[in-house]
Amino acid sequence: MIKGKFIDNLPKVYGIYTGGFIVFIILMAVLEQAGVSAKAIGISFVIFTIAIYAIIGWLSRTLQMDAYYVAGRQVPTVFNGMATAADWMSGASFVAMAGGIYFKGYGYMALLVGWTGGYVLVASLLAPYLRKFGCYTVPDFVGTRYGGNAARLSAVLVLTVASFTYVTAQINATGTIASVALDIPFKVAVYVGLASILLCSMLGGMRAVTWTQVAQYIVLIIAYLLPVFWISNKMGAGFFPHLMLGDEVARIAELEGQFGFVKNSAADLATVPKGLAGITKAHSSVNGTTWGFISLTICMMAGTASLPHVMMRYFTTPSVKSARRSVAWSLLFIFILYSTAPMLATLSKLSLIDPTLSTGIIGKSIADVQALDWYQNWNQANLMFVSDFNGNGTLELNEFFMGGKAVVLATPEIAGLPYVISGLVAAGGMAAAMSTADGLVLAIANALSHDLYYKIIDPKAEAAKRLIVARVLLVLIGFAGATIAAMGIQGILGSVIWAFDFAMSGLFFPLVLGVWWKRANGPGAVAGMLLGLASGTAYLVWVRNGGSGFWGITHLTFGIVGSLVSLVSMVVVTLMTEAPDAKTQAMVDDVRIPSGKSVLGKQH
Amino acid sequence: MSKQEKHWEKTRSLLFITLAIWFVFSIGIFFFGAEMQASSFKPFGYPLSYYMTCQGSLLSFVILIFWFANRQEKIDEEFGYTEREDS
Repeated sequence: MIKGKFIDNLPKVYGIYTGGFIVFIILMAVLEQAGVSAKAIGISFVIFTIAIYAIIGWLSRTLQMDAYYVAGRQVPTVFNGMATAADWMSGASFVAMAGGIYFKGYGYMALLVGWTGGYVLVASLLAPYLRKFGCYTVPDFVGTRYGGNAARLSAVLVLTVASFTYVTAQINATGTIASVALDIPFKVAVYVGLASILLCSMLGGMRAVTWTQVAQYIVLIIAYLLPVFWISNKMGAGFFPHLMLGDEVARIAELEGQFGFVKNSAADLATVPKGLAGITKAHSSVNGTTWGFISLTICMMAGTASLPHVMMRYFTTPSVKSARRSVAWSLLFIFILYSTAPMLATLSKLSLIDPTLSTGIIGKSIADVQALDWYQNWNQANLMFVSDFNGNGTLELNEFFMGGKAVVLATPEIAGLPYVISGLVAAGGMAAAMSTADGLVLAIANALSHDLYYKIIDPKAEAAKRLIVARVLLVLIGFAGATIAAMGIQGILGSVIWAFDFAMSGLFFPLVLGVWWKRANGPGAVAGMLLGLASGTAYLVWVRNGGSGFWGITHLTFGIVGSLVSLVSMVVVTLMTEAPDAKTQAMVDDVRIPSGKSVLGKQH
Repeated sequence: MSKQEKHWEKTRSLLFITLAIWFVFSIGIFFFGAEMQASSFKPFGYPLSYYMTCQGSLLSFVILIFWFANRQEKIDEEFGYTEREDS
């Protein structure tokens, strides 16, 4: 059926895979009609998809340096776009984003704008130039461009802090989904999630991660779009929700006006389980301050351009041209999901609060709502709660509480879709969290094995030994991440936003100026990275411990402080020290033109 | 001015244009959130502020990057810096 090289047959391979997955969904739907239990269907979805990723991981195993670190630099433009989209869209995008929009409205949408706008910076400032450089990792670029172990080590430090913060959140997300779908305790589920993440990446490194990420993108995008289109059509809201929900958005605003946002007393709120929120903000109108919106957008954009697990995806394309073009494809694939999230939030909210819809619960009697099957399920999972605060027997808008994750995970059930869709959504969430976790764990392990171990500690190490070290580190970092995730210190979304701020504080200016300012030198870059990271972290700690902060910068936007300090210290120190030598300047010139050999050799 | 300097100059002006458009859609328009909400221009029936945050700006970035990639490829071609297919 398939002849010739794998790379030449990608459209066919993934076409068959997508077809197979759709057949599997239909099979599950048939089984559900035949009376197979919801639990069995949920478990089948999660196990079936993980098994596929594991098989891809096994088939992509490699003993070659080039394949392990950069997938042999032969990933075609569009497929790299898909892999990047999966790498990028994490548990936060898939599970938490629609929930955030649902509860916080406009103010939250800064994340949507930031997480897409950042790609303009990636495409125009960095990706093509770093691809031309020919590095294996981001610290590899920093270390070679600025020269010296201090620069390399500082980059490894920033990368590790940012990516590790991010990865605990992703392992937390895989654990949450695995525990709901497989019905096992969260603390065990975290390690089940970890095992599946390692299955994908350990044997084949970047090559394996690339091909599983493409497979994961296909699963997650089907799982995200199908329920939204289904619900929209079922409600009669419109055949194509993205363009047709204008009336629904207006209807929500009307209902909000009618119900009003009644404030609950502190005593009442104390009875609500931790982590659940009520609808307290307008759905579509501008809430919050202009600066709040813009500062968060800025942080997410600069963070996007500094996160190493995204950047390293563009090291895997065959050419500079395809790296640049691949950024555009990545964003297109991301846009498909991101533009759907607000529509999901709209449909989900309307189906709950509109009393004229059969699914609406506001205005119904509390006892009726508590008797609903789906309410009992999600109440048991600690993701939903109602309480008759005013004692009138009917459910008011301010008496309904839900966890952010439930918006994506529970909406199909609430809207009365068959359970097979819920199983599909669980598999999609798992794919999103796993694909990002894979990219992150690999980014950290590669930086430690390539930049710390090989470039600094043991430059004479042989290829076989380097690859063993890389894998051992991968497992260790995975376990460390899972252990911290099991403690559940910080929510998924909070950690993700922090990761962006950390990355932005330490890496944004050193990376950008490395390409765009020839005069930038080693001491300046080291100062920029270390002082940026340190001041950002200090600000975070200060604000978290009751500090008042300044300029309206919160713990979610501390990257602004970090990156400003980074920029100033980098420029000042650079100008106070000698200009880089002629060789380095020639290297920068070389990076700026796409043709010719890469700066670093094929094997380095 | 050498060929490479000219190439870099063109590349840099393309960067500035790209970043200017990017700034407008990512930051600039959000200074006017309230005005956009009050605007009578409602794409597909959504309030303008809402539309820009959930589709408008996002879509403009997608188009911008494709456009940028095309322009940069043209510049590279003009100066003979296009990569060979086999490299």
